[in-house]
Amino acid sequence: MVQERKIEEILPANTLKTCVPQAEVAREVKPAPSRFRNEIGKYVVHRSSECIRCGKCAEVCPYGVHVFKPGYKYFASPKDHLCIGTACEKTDHYCVALCPKGALKVAENPMTEGLGDCRWTADMIMATWKMAQTGDVPAEEYGLQYQCGDSGGGFDRLRFKFPDKPPVELDEGQIDTSIELNKRNDGRPKIKIDVPWYGGGMSFGSVSNVTQLSKASAAVAWNTFTCTGEGGYMERMRPYDDHVITQVATGLFGVREETIQRVPIVEFKYAQGAKPGLGGHLLGDKNTVSVARMREAVLGISLFSPFPFHSVYSIEDHMKHIDWIKHVNKRALISTKVSTPTDVDMVAVGSYAAGTHIVHIDGGYGGTGAAPNIAKKNIAMPIEYAIDKVHGFLEAEGVRDNITLIASGGTRYRQGHRPRRRRRCCRHG
Amino acid sequence: MPEKYHIKTQPIPPRRPRVGKYGVVDWREDCARCHNCVKKACVYDRYREENDYISNLTEVDALYFDCRGCFSCVQDCTKGLLCLSVNPVYEGMGNSYWTPDIIKTTWLQAETAKIPVSGAGYGGPFAGTGFDAMWTDMSEIVRPTRDGIHGREYISTSVDIGRKPSFLVFEEGKPTGVFPPLLSLPMPLIIDMSPAQYSLPDLGPVIRQAAARTDLIAIVDPSDWPFQDADQEQYLPHMAFYLDSGTPEPPKEVLRKTRLVEIADDGKVLERIKKLKSMHPEIVVAVRIELNSQGPGRAIELAGLEEIEVIHIVADLNGNEIGAKNPRFIKDMIREIHTALIEEGARDDITLIAGGGIALPEHMAKVIICGADLVTIDLPLMIALECQLCDKCEPGMPCPAKLEDINHDYGAGRMTNLIAAWHDQLIELMGAMGIREARRLRGDVGRAMFFEDLEEETFGRLFGTRKKD
Repeated sequence: MVQERKIEEILPANTLKTCVPQAEVAREVKPAPSRFRNEIGKYVVHRSSECIRCGKCAEVCPYGVHVFKPGYKYFASPKDHLCIGTACEKTDHYCVALCPKGALKVAENPMTEGLGDCRWTADMIMATWKMAQTGDVPAEEYGLQYQCGDSGGGFDRLRFKFPDKPPVELDEGQIDTSIELNKRNDGRPKIKIDVPWYGGGMSFGSVSNVTQLSKASAAVAWNTFTCTGEGGYMERMRPYDDHVITQVATGLFGVREETIQRVPIVEFKYAQGAKPGLGGHLLGDKNTVSVARMREAVLGISLFSPFPFHSVYSIEDHMKHIDWIKHVNKRALISTKVSTPTDVDMVAVGSYAAGTHIVHIDGGYGGTGAAPNIAKKNIAMPIEYAIDKVHGFLEAEGVRDNITLIASGGTRYRQGHRPRRRRRCCRHG
Repeated sequence: MPEKYHIKTQPIPPRRPRVGKYGVVDWREDCARCHNCVKKACVYDRYREENDYISNLTEVDALYFDCRGCFSCVQDCTKGLLCLSVNPVYEGMGNSYWTPDIIKTTWLQAETAKIPVSGAGYGGPFAGTGFDAMWTDMSEIVRPTRDGIHGREYISTSVDIGRKPSFLVFEEGKPTGVFPPLLSLPMPLIIDMSPAQYSLPDLGPVIRQAAARTDLIAIVDPSDWPFQDADQEQYLPHMAFYLDSGTPEPPKEVLRKTRLVEIADDGKVLERIKKLKSMHPEIVVAVRIELNSQGPGRAIELAGLEEIEVIHIVADLNGNEIGAKNPRFIKDMIREIHTALIEEGARDDITLIAGGGIALPEHMAKVIICGADLVTIDLPLMIALECQLCDKCEPGMPCPAKLEDINHDYGAGRMTNLIAAWHDQLIELMGAMGIREARRLRGDVGRAMFFEDLEEETFGRLFGTRKKD
C-alpha cells in the first residue's frame, strides 16, 4: 500500500476546511417541553363532576398536576404525565385522599398498553421523552422502568455489576468519554469526538429537514457527528459541515463531488441492519417536491437504492471506492457500514485492509423508514453477537487498535451504550 | 433462462369487518367542535374511513379497529378526549403459536398479495422458540451478488420432487438406465389437506383453483372425486390424492392425469407403491409419516429403501412432535432426519417434504435450510379466508367467521394472493442470502444462525451456559 503524504503537504491550509462559517451550539441543557397538548404519562388522573373547585389538590400536589388558572371557572385538564401515581399514596400530599369530595381518581394509563413494543417499552419511550425535555433521567418516583427493554435477550439481559464502593474515587472531570476516530496513522486528521456515539444515517426524505437540522445542531453541541443518510443534504446544513458524515450508497442520491468534499467523514453504506441485503427504499409518498429535487429523481415514485454495489465484488473493488473518495476529499476519514452476516468478522477485516478508518456494523434491530417485516425479523444476526465476533477477530488479526469499530441497531439507553470491556463506540440508530 | 415464475394476483377485500390491533375511544359528549380537529389531520385518514365504515355498517357489533397506533390524535386533541386502546378481540384471536400478529399479517397478504412492509426496527422479542430461534444469513460486500429482487437477475424457487439417481451412466454419449419419474414445482410449497374441522362444501373447488392458479399441487382426499368443476383436465395435474390405509385408488384414467400421489405409512407401503406404479408408471409416490416419537426413525428407515421416492413428514398444527409430553419442534426433527440421511448417503436420493406449524413465509425458508426440500401448508390458507382460529368449530354450529359463505373467486383469490406474497418473501430472503436457487437452500445451515449456537459462542465463554427460562 502506498504511504500517503500528509494532508498539509498536499493542499494549502485554507482548503482543509469548509469555506462556510460554521455554527456554534452551546452544550447547555435548556427545558424543551413537548410540542403536544396532551402528554402521555404512566398514570391518568380523573376529576369527576363532584369537584367543588376548592383548590386543595393544586395546593398539595408538588408536581403541578392540577392546574387552576386564575380567572377560569374550572380546572384545566390534569397534567397526567407529571403524576407519580400510586407511589404518592404513602405521602402526605396524595390528592385522591385529600380531596374533600372524593372527586379524584388516579389509575395506570391503559393507553400505555398500545405504546411501544418489547424493544422500546412504553416506560422506555416515556423516559426518553422526559430525558429529552429535561436533560436528566426521570425522577425515581415516576416508577419508569427504562433501564432496559423487554425483549428477553441481548442488551436486555446484560446488567452492570457495580461494586458497593468504587475502587477509585473520580471526579466527573476526570472521566474521559471522548473517542478518536482515526487510528490508522495515515496522515489524515485525528478527529476526536467528545462522546462515544454519533448520529446514524437518516436521509432527507425518510426524515424532514427540521429533524436533520436538529440532529446536526445536537452533533455540534456534543462535538460529534450526524450522518446524512442517502439523500443528500440541503444548503441549510452547510454551517454544520464539520460535523456531518456524507453517506454514499448504491443509489448515490445526493452524492456529488461537493457533498463529499465538504465533510470530514464519508460513509459507504453497503447494508443496513434493518433490511440486510435488500437495499434502501423510500416510499413514493415520501418523495416530495423538495426530496425529489435533492435526489434528482422523479416526484412521487418509490426510490430504491438496490443492494449491493454492483461495482464491488471484492475487497479490491471496495478499496477502489475508498481510494476514489480519499482522492476527492484529501481530509476525509472513511467509514464502512455493513450488516451482520455470519462472516461479519471477515467483512470487517477486509474493510480494514481496503483502507477504511471506521467499521460500522449495523444490527438487525436498527431503525428504518420502510422495510419488509420478514427482513427485519429474520435476516442477519443481532448486533450483540456481531460486536463480540468482530472485535475478537480484529484482535486476533492484530489490527484492533488500528480501527474504530462502531455498532448500531438496538441501542436504546446509556447502559446499552456504555462500552463493555471491548466496545469502542456506539451510534444512535 | 426459463420463463420467470409469476403468480397473477388482484386485491381481494375482506368479507368480514377488519379486526385491527388498535382503536381510538372517543368521548364525544365533551367535544368542543373546534375547527382544528385532529381527526382531519390523521395521516392515515382513518377517521374518514371510520365514518364511511359506520355509514355502511351491516353488523351492529362491528367496531372499527384499523388505527395505526401513532398517538398523534390522542396527543393533540384540544380537549384530550381521545384514548387509544388495544382491541381485546384482536388479542383474543388465535393461540400462543398462531398469534394475532400472524393472523393479521396473513389477512393482509391474502387481501393485497403484497409483502408486509413497515417503518422502524423490529419490535418483537430478541429470540424465541422454534423458528424464532434462528436467523438467516445475508451476503455482504465480498461476495458476488445474486440479487434478483429488483428484476435484474433471476432467482429460481423451483424444486424437484421424486427420486434422483446418484449418478448417470453413459453409453456412446447418451445416458442409459431407468430414470425415476421427477416432477418440478415452481415454488417449494404444496397445499396440504385442510384440518378436519374445515369440512366445508366449497373448500375443495377453491383449493383446486388456487393450486391451478399458482401452478402448485394440492393434496386432496379422494372422496372429493369426481370433481364437480367443469375443467378436470386443468385441475388434475395440480392434485395429489391422499390414499389412507384401505382407501381405494382412484380410477386409472384419473390417476394417470396426476403427477403425485400420497399414501399413508401403514406397513404395506411397498405393495401400494408397486400397485400405483403399475397403474401409472410416471407418477411420483410420497409416503406420509406422522412425526410422533417413532416418526423421525421411521422416515430414516424408509428413506433407505430403493422404492421410496418422497417422504412427507407431518408434525402437529403447531409444529410439535405428535403425542409427546415434551415435544420436539419440527425444525429440530427435520435436522435430525436430514443429518441421518446424509450420514447414510441417502439424502440426495429422496425428496423430503415437511409440514406442520408453518405459519409464515420465513418458516418455509427455515424448514428448507434445516433440510427439507419443500413444505406443505394448510392452516395459513384457512386464515386467508378470514378464519380467526376461534376453536369453536362444531358440526351444525355457525362459524363465527362465516367460512361457509365464501364464494369461489374470493376463496381462490385470497389463497392465491397469500401464496404469491409468500413467494415474494422467499425471494427477499434468498436475495439477501445471495442464493439463486431454492434447491441450493436445502440443508444449508451454514447460511443460517441458531440462537443456541450464537449465545454459547458469544456469552457462553463469558458467563457460562445460558440458564433455561
